[in-house]
Amino acid sequence: MIAKLASQKRDMEVVGHGALRNAGRTSKADVVLSTSGLKGVTLYEPTEIVMSARAGTAVYEIEAILAARGQMLAFEPVDLGPATGAPGGALSIGGVFATNFSGSRRIAAGSARDNFLGVRAVNGRGELFKSGGRVMKNVTGLDVARGLTGSWGTLAVMTEVTFKVAPLPQTMVTLAYTGLPDDLGIEALTVAMGTPLEVSGAVHLPKNCASRLRQAKLKGIDEPVTLLRLENFSAAVDERKEKLKAALKVYGHPIELDAEQTWSLWSEFRALSVMPFSNETSLWRISALPTKAAEIVFAIQKFMDVVAFYDWAGALIWLEVPVAADAGAADVRRAVSVRGGHATLIRAQPEVRASVDVFEPLKPEIERLTRGIKSAFDPDGLLNRGRMYANI
Amino acid sequence: MPYIEFPEPEVGVLRRRPLIIEGLRNRVGMDVLIVDEDGRRAYETDAFTAYSCMPMLVVLPRTTEEVSKILKYCHENDVKVIPRGAGTSLCGGALPSEDAVVLCISKMNRVLEIDFANRFARVEAGITNLEITARVAVQGFFYAPDPSSQLACTLAGNLAMNSGGAHCLKYGVTTHNVLAVKMVLMDGTIVEIGGTTLDRGGYDLLSFVIGSEGQLGVITEATVKIIRSAEAARPMLIGFRSPEAAGSCVAAIIAAGIIPVAIEYMDRAATEVCEAFAGAGYPLDAEALLIVEVEGSENEIGVLLGRIAEIAARFDPKTVSISSNAEQSARIWAGRKAAFGAIGRISDYLCMDGVIPLSQLPHALTRISQICAEHGLRVANIFHAGDGNLHPLVLYDANSPDEADRAEIAGAAILRLCVELGGCLTGEHGVGIEKRELMATQFTATDLDVQMRIKSVFDPGWRLNPAKVFPLDASESLRAGLAARAPEAA
Repeated sequence: MIAKLASQKRDMEVVGHGALRNAGRTSKADVVLSTSGLKGVTLYEPTEIVMSARAGTAVYEIEAILAARGQMLAFEPVDLGPATGAPGGALSIGGVFATNFSGSRRIAAGSARDNFLGVRAVNGRGELFKSGGRVMKNVTGLDVARGLTGSWGTLAVMTEVTFKVAPLPQTMVTLAYTGLPDDLGIEALTVAMGTPLEVSGAVHLPKNCASRLRQAKLKGIDEPVTLLRLENFSAAVDERKEKLKAALKVYGHPIELDAEQTWSLWSEFRALSVMPFSNETSLWRISALPTKAAEIVFAIQKFMDVVAFYDWAGALIWLEVPVAADAGAADVRRAVSVRGGHATLIRAQPEVRASVDVFEPLKPEIERLTRGIKSAFDPDGLLNRGRMYANI
Repeated sequence: MPYIEFPEPEVGVLRRRPLIIEGLRNRVGMDVLIVDEDGRRAYETDAFTAYSCMPMLVVLPRTTEEVSKILKYCHENDVKVIPRGAGTSLCGGALPSEDAVVLCISKMNRVLEIDFANRFARVEAGITNLEITARVAVQGFFYAPDPSSQLACTLAGNLAMNSGGAHCLKYGVTTHNVLAVKMVLMDGTIVEIGGTTLDRGGYDLLSFVIGSEGQLGVITEATVKIIRSAEAARPMLIGFRSPEAAGSCVAAIIAAGIIPVAIEYMDRAATEVCEAFAGAGYPLDAEALLIVEVEGSENEIGVLLGRIAEIAARFDPKTVSISSNAEQSARIWAGRKAAFGAIGRISDYLCMDGVIPLSQLPHALTRISQICAEHGLRVANIFHAGDGNLHPLVLYDANSPDEADRAEIAGAAILRLCVELGGCLTGEHGVGIEKRELMATQFTATDLDVQMRIKSVFDPGWRLNPAKVFPLDASESLRAGLAARAPEAA
């Protein structure tokens, strides 16, 4: 079908179930090409921790199949739907890899891209190709599969994806420290990451964001909260918890959340429920150095009211800003660029996303390569044109 | 060995050799160049020693700017460049051609920055793999990928080949542990891809670059993740009566939700040689030996190894022994890491690197034995069982051209088998020249076109490490300079 559309030079908007349609730049196209009909798990070998699925398979369906065998997607895909005014639960597995938006466990288990093994896809020339495979180690030729991650459907339409899965932890626990200002909270996360305890979630929420938590034990809290998650078999979790508490003694006495409470708490970050959809605000996603993260938010705060929280032990900032003509882009980008990192505008009015750079502007030599890669896959610019960058 | 072909050297370039030497001397100085034959001889082959070729010239730049000047000159003067790290490639990835300049990065080996709070290190790419860990170990950190050659191999080579190692089951391979590179394109442009943050913006160009075998650019610096080391690690040895039992045991361990940090497999032939060499305490009466290592605190290790021993008991093992101290653990790993060298002392061998789905292990091992027997050759099997990465060592006598030929034919048959079983040609060694012509068994012409177009974006003239990775006939028109007509970076 793509070959036919490509031969007619028809612009195509590539979508799954629409979970991401309100994010990224807006793409105007003649034809909407949906992968939502490409459904189903095509390979699952629990003893080889590998799964293949057609690109339109819903993530929640995949997770249910995995859970039945005591396994999971270790990188905890984030569903942007609810935060961007699209339906929740519509995230497709193809969309996960097309955006490479990984969740909190990324610090321990790697990103979606890191867990990606192989792909079948159709490029803008209408050619069906494959890359990678079903085995964990594969250096045969260029790593085209991983190169497609994060390309937002602008290079090729993934039809089938193969990825690594992982055993569900036997148990988990969360330590919640309260009352720490941003810089100290992130410092605590950094100290925790410097221990050999394999922390699998490290989030800091300033007071105005912590108050949005719904998990019963933390609901209504009126203080900043710093969260650390440990996962393993029971004896190890008990032992590691005590060691972590000892290492973080100077940061106070934590509230402890058991396995069930931990599960519900961290689900909130996967659905970004602390950053709910609103027409009054825009949402940014900022990649930062942990030691600079609090400074970045502080710098932006000088210019506007913000609600932020820090995931990935401070390496990722979710930042809500008031609606503005440029969604605060000038101030956000300035604050980020001088401190190292990059910012992506996730939620804003369509006209704002059409007029400001949604993704971090590219340096000239990288833009040259980016255009070259786009042209190698999609010479006529038919797939999701302008979804990431104007005219790419 | 007649099976690997090479393009004819460009006579015009050979004739211009004095001018090229002169041109490069003017740009980077004579002390960067190795011109004399004795000096160049050290670069005529890599660890794929069956092939060698004297390069036209060798350059040893000291800075990114020098690399840029050299590449720019070669670009403008139509000279091929073969990037090289320590020359430990097992697939001929750094094999020169007569009409090429070898650009060796080994003098660029400094650590530029270590940031423990943000957990990264920025280094020059000529640093050895092990040196990175040595420099961060004081604070309890390490750089995770650990290829067997880690004492000698450079990070540049690891980046080119996307190297793995014994511990990648838990920590991933090179591509999982690199945040950014500084790279020089063939036209001399210096690009920085990625950054110090976990996520990169824009297209994931780094994924194309890592594992591209020196086809896209010359990496001069890299920012790598450093990870806090586990409190402790300890291996155990499990000897089995059959490869089937060992394979089933690996599957059962993973099914039980345990992902050890490493699961290594050795057959009887490999075990005997390694034991004789290293005195590691390997059992000599087992048909298949697993080295299983777990990490954590001493208590955790005790629990995990106990559970693994229980699982192993279901497969009627001949021996189960848990390392009781650090010295014993070190010996167990020393035996495994020295395996290739130890076997090299008793015979020449071709080391294959195919990968199979783990469920195919018993079948694959049976077929590998058959294939080698059919060609009148012996084989020793060593592999990373957790991820299905096989290293059958096809033993042969290099003094017998006939035997060497048969070894190469048997090796190719083994790799085709891996692809048939749902795996791939190479898990960590790369394609190089060795597996170049086998690429068509794994990829369609379109799959290869998709890859070659990416090469053309970075190196439109196909001057960087050409005639490798892609089958010669598939890349012929591109190498002949038709690339200029291919889609090019605007």
